[in-house]
Amino acid sequence: MVTTPATATTIKPVIGYVHSIETFGSVDGPGIRYVAFLQGCRMRCEFCHNPDTWNIGTGDEVTSDEILDDAIRYRAFWGKQGGITCSGGESLLQIDFLIDLFTKAKAEGINTCLDTCGQPFTYKQPWFDKFKRLMAVTDVSLVDIKQIDTDRHKRLTGFNNETVLSMIQYMSENGHHMWIRHVLVPERTDYDENLKELGEYVSKLHNVDKVEVLPYHTMGVVKYETLGIDYPLKGIEPPTHDRVVNAENYLHVNDYQGYRQFPFS
Amino acid sequence: MKQMEKKATPSYWDGFVAGDWQNSINVRDFINKNLVQYNGDDTFLAGPTAATTTLNDEVLALKKKEREVGGVLDADNNVVSTVTSHKPGYIEKDLETIVGLQTDKPLKRAFMPFGGIRMAEDALEAYGFKVDPEQHKIFTEDRKTHNQGVFDVYTPDMRKARHYKIITGLPDAYARGRLIPDLPRIAIYGIDRLMKAKAHDFENIGDGELTNDVIQLREEVQEQYRALVEMKKMAESYGFDISRPAENAQEAIQWIYFGYLASVKTQNGAAMSVGRIDTTIEAYINRDLKRGTITEDQAQEFIDHLVMKLRMVRFIRTTEYNSLFSGDPIWATLSLGGSGMDGKHHITKTAFRFLKTLDNMGAAPEPNITLLWSDKLPEGFKRYATQVSINSSTIQYENDEMLKEQWGTDYYGIACCVSAQPIATGMQFFGARANLAKTILYTINGGVDEIGKAQVGPAYAPISSEYIDYDEFMKKLDPMMGWLADIYVNSLNAIHYMHDKYYYEAEQMALKDTNLDRTFATGISGFSHAVDSISAIKYGHVKVIRDESGLAVDFKADNDDYPRYGNNDDRADQIGVWLIQHFYEMMNKHHLYRGAKLSTSVLTITSNVVYGKNTGTTPNGRKAGEPFSPGANPAYGAEKNGALASLLSTAKLPYEFATDGISNTFGVTPNTLGHDDEARKDTLVNMVDGYMENEGMHLNINVFNRETLIDAQKHPEEYPTLTVRVSGYCVYFADLTKEQQDDVISRTYFETM
Repeated sequence: MVTTPATATTIKPVIGYVHSIETFGSVDGPGIRYVAFLQGCRMRCEFCHNPDTWNIGTGDEVTSDEILDDAIRYRAFWGKQGGITCSGGESLLQIDFLIDLFTKAKAEGINTCLDTCGQPFTYKQPWFDKFKRLMAVTDVSLVDIKQIDTDRHKRLTGFNNETVLSMIQYMSENGHHMWIRHVLVPERTDYDENLKELGEYVSKLHNVDKVEVLPYHTMGVVKYETLGIDYPLKGIEPPTHDRVVNAENYLHVNDYQGYRQFPFS
Repeated sequence: MKQMEKKATPSYWDGFVAGDWQNSINVRDFINKNLVQYNGDDTFLAGPTAATTTLNDEVLALKKKEREVGGVLDADNNVVSTVTSHKPGYIEKDLETIVGLQTDKPLKRAFMPFGGIRMAEDALEAYGFKVDPEQHKIFTEDRKTHNQGVFDVYTPDMRKARHYKIITGLPDAYARGRLIPDLPRIAIYGIDRLMKAKAHDFENIGDGELTNDVIQLREEVQEQYRALVEMKKMAESYGFDISRPAENAQEAIQWIYFGYLASVKTQNGAAMSVGRIDTTIEAYINRDLKRGTITEDQAQEFIDHLVMKLRMVRFIRTTEYNSLFSGDPIWATLSLGGSGMDGKHHITKTAFRFLKTLDNMGAAPEPNITLLWSDKLPEGFKRYATQVSINSSTIQYENDEMLKEQWGTDYYGIACCVSAQPIATGMQFFGARANLAKTILYTINGGVDEIGKAQVGPAYAPISSEYIDYDEFMKKLDPMMGWLADIYVNSLNAIHYMHDKYYYEAEQMALKDTNLDRTFATGISGFSHAVDSISAIKYGHVKVIRDESGLAVDFKADNDDYPRYGNNDDRADQIGVWLIQHFYEMMNKHHLYRGAKLSTSVLTITSNVVYGKNTGTTPNGRKAGEPFSPGANPAYGAEKNGALASLLSTAKLPYEFATDGISNTFGVTPNTLGHDDEARKDTLVNMVDGYMENEGMHLNINVFNRETLIDAQKHPEEYPTLTVRVSGYCVYFADLTKEQQDDVISRTYFETM
C-alpha cells in the first residue's frame, strides 16, 4: 500500500464534548471500565438521573487522543474484560467522535463498549454508513429499552420507541453484541403486561449477551434541585425487591449468560 | 548460660522435608521446604464445631457486657503483669482446644506500669478503678518508668511541640509495640533449643571491649534468655511442656500462641502483631491430616480457637489514647498469603481457614487480617478473599511484590497497621506522626500555633501580604520543615533510648535474631491537606484572612479550580511526592538511635480525627477542627474522576522513602462494584491487581452503603458486629466515638447512579 504523503493542511481533530469521566465504571459494561460520559441528549426521560448531561454543545472539549491517553493509564485495572465505555447523555449524538475514539482504541487492543438509547439512530445517509463503521469497532453495546409500549415510552421519554427498536433489530440481524437494560419504574414501566411483552420481544433477538433490570432510584433528585428543574417523578418510590424479581422473571434474565464469554476475540 | 549441644529429638520433625532449618534457627527455610500450596476454592472448609459456637457465644456475651459497663469489665490494680504473674485463665477449660489468657479471667485487663505509672493510673481511673497505693509508691518513688525517663531528658522545645500537637501520638507513656516475634520458632524448635541459640549468641557478642553497644546487647540477650525461661513456666502452669518442639498441629498452634501471650502479658504496645504463621501451621495440619490423626473439622476448630483468643486481647487505656485510637485496637496483625522469592505463592488451606473464622464466629476487628497480595496468588483464593471483603469489610491488602523487593526477603510480616518488617532479622522503632498541615500554617504564621496562639516553632518572619506568594511561601516552608524534622527525630531518639532502658521487649526480642536490622519509623499526618494547600497557593491565588492579632485564620482561593491530590493529576500529585521525599531527607540528616535506618509513613489510623481537631483552617479550604482525611487518602470531596484516578494518585507516592507504609482506605457501595456477587468479586480482584501493578502499597476495602452506617449510628444494638476498616485497622463501628463515626460516614464512598 502506498501511503499518501502528509499535506500542508493539517487534519482538524474530531472534537468530543464530554460531561465527565468515571475511571471506575464497574456497572457500565464488562469488567472495570473507563467511562466517558458524553454531553447532550434529546430524550427527557422522567427518571433520568443525569439531567446535567442534557444540554447539547456544552461540556469539555476533548480529542480522542486525549481521552485515549488518559484511559490507558488505567489499563492495569481492566483485567480481561474491562476497557472503555462511552455513555451519556446520548453518545450517538457524537458519532464522529465515537468512530474516531473506538477505532484508535481497537488499534491499541482495547475493547470498546457503547452505551446508548438509540434515539439518534436512522437509516438515512450519511449517518447510517457512519453507524456501520462505528459498529465495526464496537465490541458490545448497552441498549436501554425504556418501555415496550410505544405510547407509554413517549410519555416517559418524549419520543416513541420505534427508532430504538429498529436499531436493536439491526444489531440483532448483523451480529452485534448487546446487553439489554430496562429501568424498572413504578407507575411508568412496572406493569406485568409490558414486562411480559418486553420479555417476549427480547427472547426473539440474537446476540443478546445479558439482560438487566435496573431498579429506579432517587439519587438523581438532588441534581434536579441544583438545576432548578421540577422533578417529574415526585412521590414515586423505588420498586420493591419483589417487583424487581418479578421483572427479572418476565425478562428471563438468567437465560442470558453470553456476557461471561466476553471478550469474544 | 552453659552451652549444651543436644539436637531436638528428630521424631518431632518426622514427615517434614529436611533442610538448613534443622541446623540453625531458620523458620524461613522450614517454610520454603515444607510449603503446602493450595490452588482450589473454599468448598473444603468446615463450619464451627459445637464447642466453638458455645465458646464464641460466651465471648460475645462478655463483649456485650463490656460495652454496656462502659468499656472495661474488670481490671487488675495491684498485680504487675509479667509472663508468669497470673494463674491460668480459661473461658471454659473443657471446650478450649487452644488455651491461655492475659490474666486469670476473660477480658480482665492487666496492670502494666512500666511504660508510665501515670498513664496506668489514669487509665484505671477512667473506668472507675483505683491503683493500689503500694504500687503507686513503688512506681513513683522506687522504680523509674519509661515515661519518667523520657521526660527527664525532653528539651523545653520538645515539650512544647508535643503540647501544641504538631507532633502527636508519641510512645512516651506506653509501650512502642510494632515488633513481630518470630512465633513459629517455638513450635518448630521448642524453647530449650532457642535458649541454647541465645546462649551461643551471648558468648559471641563483642570481642572483650565493653563498649556501650556491647554492654547493652549483652544485657538484652540475658533478658531474652530469662524471658524464654518464663515462657516455659507459663506454659507449664497450663500443663504444657514447650521446652521441646510441637508434636502435632494442636501443639504447634498452642506453642505459637504461648509466644504471643508472653508478648501481650508484658507489653501494651499500640500494635502487638502476630506476624506470619499460616504456612508453618499448614505444615503441621497437613502432616496430621495425612496421618489421619485429625479431621478438617478439628483443624478449623484449632484455628477458630486461636483466633478467638486473639480477639480477646485487651489493654486498659486512657480516654485521651482512646480518642486517638478508637475501639480498643491492639493490632494483632496477622499476615496471610504472599509469595516466595522463588515466585511460588504461599497460599495454603490454612490461609483459607483463617478467613473462614469470620464466617464461623462472625466479623470482628481483631486479628487485623492482612493479605499479602500478589498477582501470583491463585484465583480461587483471590475470589474468596474479596468475598470476605464484600461480606465483612475486615481485610486489608498489601503489595507483596513491592514489599519483598524493598525488604529483600519473603519472610516479612506486617508490624502494625501497615508497616512491613523482616520477622527474623528486623525490628522497628515506632515513631508516631508529625503534622505537616499544621506546619504549613506555622510557615504562614511565623511559628505561632494557630489554635494555642503561642510561639511554638521558631519565630521566622510570617507571611504578611494579602495574597500568598508561592515562591516566598516555599522559601519559608523549608526552614520550618527543617525545624520540625529536627525536633521530631530527636524526641524519638529520647523515647527509644528510654524504652530500651526501662521497658525492653525481652519476650518479643527473644524470638528474633540477636543482631537485628533496625528501622527508625516516623510518620506524616495531614498529608493531603498539606499537598492541596501548597497546590492552592501555587495555582489558586490564595488570599489570607487574618484576625485582629494578625494571625491567619482563614483563606480564600480566587481560583477554586486548582489541581487537587486524588485526581491522577501530576501538578498536585508531584507536590505530594516531593513533600515525602523532602521531609524524609530533612529527618535523615540527623543522628538516629542505634544506627537505625530512617523510614516514614503516610498513615494515621483513626487519629486523623483528633489531628484535624487540633489544626486550624488550611489554605485548601478545610475548616479549623475538621478531620484530616485518613492516611494517604485525598481530602474529602477532592476527587472528581472516580476511584481509580484517586488510587493512582496514592500509588505515585514513593514507597522507597515511606517504607513504613502508605495507607489508602477505600470505601465503596456494593452496587458500585457490580450488580451481583460474582461481578463484585471480579471487580475487586481486578481493582486490587491493578492497584498493586501500579505500585500501590496498601488498601483497606470497605463495602457498604452510607445508609447502613447512619442506621448503625442510631441503632448500635442492631449492628453489634458491623466492622469497618479505618486507616490500617479494623474496628467495630459501635466502638467508635460519635465524632469518628461521623467522620467514617462522611468519607468518600464511591458510588455510581
